[in-house]
Amino acid sequence: MKLELRGITKRFGSLVANDHIDLVVQPGEIRALLGENGAGKSTLMNVLYGLLQPDEGEILINDEPVHIRSPKDAINAGVGMVHQHFMLVPVFTVAENVTLGVERTRGLGLLDRRRARRDVLELSERYGLQINPDARIEDLSVGVQQRVEIIKALLRDASVLILDEPTAVLTPSETEDLFRIMRELQAGGRSIVFISHKLKEVQAIADTITVIRRGQVVAERPPSTSDAELASLMVGRSVQLRVSKAPAIPGDVRLSVRNLTVPGERGETAVNDVSFEVRGGEILGIAGVQGNGQTELSEAIMGLRPALGAVLLDGADLSGLSTRDRLRSGIGYVPEDRQEDGLVGDFSVAENLILDVYDRPPFASGLAMKPGEIRRSAVAQVAEYDVRTTSVSTPVGTLSGGNQQKVIVARELSRDNKLLLASQPTRGLDVGSIEFVHSQIVAQRDRGVAVVIVSSELDEIYALSDRIAVMYEGRIVGFCGPGTPEAELGLMMAGATAAQAAEETGPSPVGHRPSPDEALELPGATGGGMPADPGGPDLPSAGDTGPGQGKEPEL
Amino acid sequence: MERVTAITTAVRAPLSPGRRYAAAITFIALGLVDIMLLGFFSHRGDAIFALSLPGAGTQLPSLHAPAALTCYVAGGISIALGLLRAFVEVSRRTKRLTIAIVLLCFLIAVLCWSGSATTTPLNVVSLLQGSIEASIPLILGALSGLLCERSGVINIAIEGQFLAGAFASAIVASAFGGLWLGLVAGSLAGGFIGLLLAVFAITFLVDQIILGVVLDVLALGLTNYLFDRLMAQNPNYNTGISFSSIKIPVLGDIPIIGPVFFNGPIFLYITYGMIIVIQVALFHSRWGLRVRAVGEHPAAADTVGIKVLWIRYRNVLLGGLVAGIGGAYLTIGSVGSFNPDISSGLGFIALAAMIFGRWTPMGSVAAALLFGFSEQLAYVMSTLNVPLPPTILNMAPYVATIIAVAGLVGKVRAPAADGKPYVKA
Repeated sequence: MKLELRGITKRFGSLVANDHIDLVVQPGEIRALLGENGAGKSTLMNVLYGLLQPDEGEILINDEPVHIRSPKDAINAGVGMVHQHFMLVPVFTVAENVTLGVERTRGLGLLDRRRARRDVLELSERYGLQINPDARIEDLSVGVQQRVEIIKALLRDASVLILDEPTAVLTPSETEDLFRIMRELQAGGRSIVFISHKLKEVQAIADTITVIRRGQVVAERPPSTSDAELASLMVGRSVQLRVSKAPAIPGDVRLSVRNLTVPGERGETAVNDVSFEVRGGEILGIAGVQGNGQTELSEAIMGLRPALGAVLLDGADLSGLSTRDRLRSGIGYVPEDRQEDGLVGDFSVAENLILDVYDRPPFASGLAMKPGEIRRSAVAQVAEYDVRTTSVSTPVGTLSGGNQQKVIVARELSRDNKLLLASQPTRGLDVGSIEFVHSQIVAQRDRGVAVVIVSSELDEIYALSDRIAVMYEGRIVGFCGPGTPEAELGLMMAGATAAQAAEETGPSPVGHRPSPDEALELPGATGGGMPADPGGPDLPSAGDTGPGQGKEPEL
Repeated sequence: MERVTAITTAVRAPLSPGRRYAAAITFIALGLVDIMLLGFFSHRGDAIFALSLPGAGTQLPSLHAPAALTCYVAGGISIALGLLRAFVEVSRRTKRLTIAIVLLCFLIAVLCWSGSATTTPLNVVSLLQGSIEASIPLILGALSGLLCERSGVINIAIEGQFLAGAFASAIVASAFGGLWLGLVAGSLAGGFIGLLLAVFAITFLVDQIILGVVLDVLALGLTNYLFDRLMAQNPNYNTGISFSSIKIPVLGDIPIIGPVFFNGPIFLYITYGMIIVIQVALFHSRWGLRVRAVGEHPAAADTVGIKVLWIRYRNVLLGGLVAGIGGAYLTIGSVGSFNPDISSGLGFIALAAMIFGRWTPMGSVAAALLFGFSEQLAYVMSTLNVPLPPTILNMAPYVATIIAVAGLVGKVRAPAADGKPYVKA
């Protein structure tokens, strides 16, 4: 099936999310849409899937114009979509989820469960997906859930499959599996639109790469295009990003986490007997696929979540201290979800900058707050941290994500910290903001602060860490140095211990990460690496990371 | 209004993990109550239970039970089960079974204790018959709540739907002399409240708990006003006619079971039908799968082409119609005439039954039967000179709901999208 988008334009108020986008996807093609977060990739696909209506433009299938007003129309037109956030009902079985909306019945509207199971099994076997139709979604790993989403689209006979940021939640080995499945689908004559901002993945799997920037198609390139060129197309300027980072000079142990066990939302053990130490002047990167206990770990350190075990800061036990007291004992905390936990959206920039010190001098005296002082300090911080805002009294919720994050960073770094704990510090940020935040974090380290970075982006981990800890299912499976090959780290993220991972990947240099001094990774909006200087060493793509990858443990 | 607060607070209380010993402690506490309070304070002698209604065809001999001893045995069983739960990890099914046994023991102890206070035999059949009748509106109300909440809309307006249904059916049946017409009118009146709920909750995204309470107050005010204006001044509009009991041939003649389950007003059989239809439809039909999907993850349903808002509208309307029938039962199914605030909080107890029944039809029915029984027991006890205020028993549904929400009967999980309006991205 040939799919063509012609002049698609979508506006949200004054923002033009898609600006006359043209795109042709040939039958049996894997087309990558590459762009930064907010470039308009997902908007375009939501238009194609009928979730949004375009203001201008038309969609053609096999050269016939079609009107897609709802997902149902899209499904009927042969378009299937795997959303970034899976559209699966957690308490339903696989078969129920897959057949939802196209249920077969046995008369009287009663479900034909046997038929549903058979359909799922058939598709699962044909494409090697290994899905149990009777498993409940909530019991499945995200990688398996994604395969369920793919079956869902296949059952509806999708000829064009849209995959929206499919690798964001996957381990490297799960990504491998996904690519294998994508190639099998392609062999079966289906076309795939693969949305990503990760250069390596796009190069590995796509037949053609379409780069989108600020709602416009800026280029179409073959996958052999260099990282540097793709990155500059994506960002719109040649990117010279180098976190100038001297070797760490670790001092005394500042943070000590001992046998920390934290229950999760549903009473499960989210963090299981975790111990580690971080010295002053050192950055510990905690790597791991999202949802392996990192969130609970950082919340437990901050006292936002009850936990067993001890957290010591400069030798003083923090147990029993409230979150406020922990902050005041010298922790800077950049929470994972800035809108939910980091800021009060309706408060002004100035108010958000003093959220944790509003009641203390110089911002307050007795019961009264001192607006003049608050304002003066806010103006200074906005200038120092380059927060792009019309004024310090602007509600912080109206700022862009990057500027919101700068407000949080400004607030958390303006105190005299012993420890900086930053969760996903650059999620959803543009390149310029990432550069700034990273340099601020490194500056904290060089000032003797112990720094803990929690990130699910390997590129960010590599760019910042002096030492890496990998979390898997609530445990730290191992610590390793910043030069550890990516393949090894990937295995650890899937649960292998450091020793196992090293043995599995062998001494092969394939997948080895260049050290920060050779070529610096650009943790693109949410990852995606590239060497800084054009013509730098070609990174191996995630698609063919070498012989070791084939033997990975099944998740 | 304090009922409202109690229920809504209970519904929204967050679940906390690790309640392993809660069940054990409660069991043992109930067992101790059985022994120390009910057993020690029982009057010496037997509690007498009559097993047939006066004038029934087959008369069974009455049952004589040594009150104190029975209490001790019941208490002993409860304590044993409590210890079992404390030290042994048992399956889910066994957990539920133990809860049922402990409750049964407690009820037997209460019956023995109150029965021993008097020489008049306690008529078990009429107690059970009354319990079933008291359960009918609770079951219908719980099913109504279930229909709404499974699709993701909280229905606190059951009470209002009861009142509207009760009023409309009484006035229509009286004015036109047609009981069936009254039944339809009652159902429609409940449906009308459901429509209001749907429009404001689904289209205008009003907070569903506040909205439900407002609708309850609206229905109360409106029916009180209309009662004063129409019925109080013109008795022809409130004649008190009601459906008579229908006895199922053969089945209705079985001792004990017959009069309890197969001899009642048409509402009894409507309720049976609804329980079966809703239970089967919710878990085995395409309709039910879609409803549950919408209640759990509306975006997922939307992306496979299911019309989320339409399903919610339809279910809230259906829920209103069902609760309206429950309201009609309060007038033309039992006493006949309408009185102000005739539902007197039954809607909230129905809601509690739904939660206690974990948002499942069968569970709701079981909970409603339990609540209906406790209500009837309170009534019977008030006639028996028992030295205990019968109103204490009326608290049972609320206590049970709190116990349920506190996680004592396993994990109680509401539909994930319950109460959350769906707005397209």
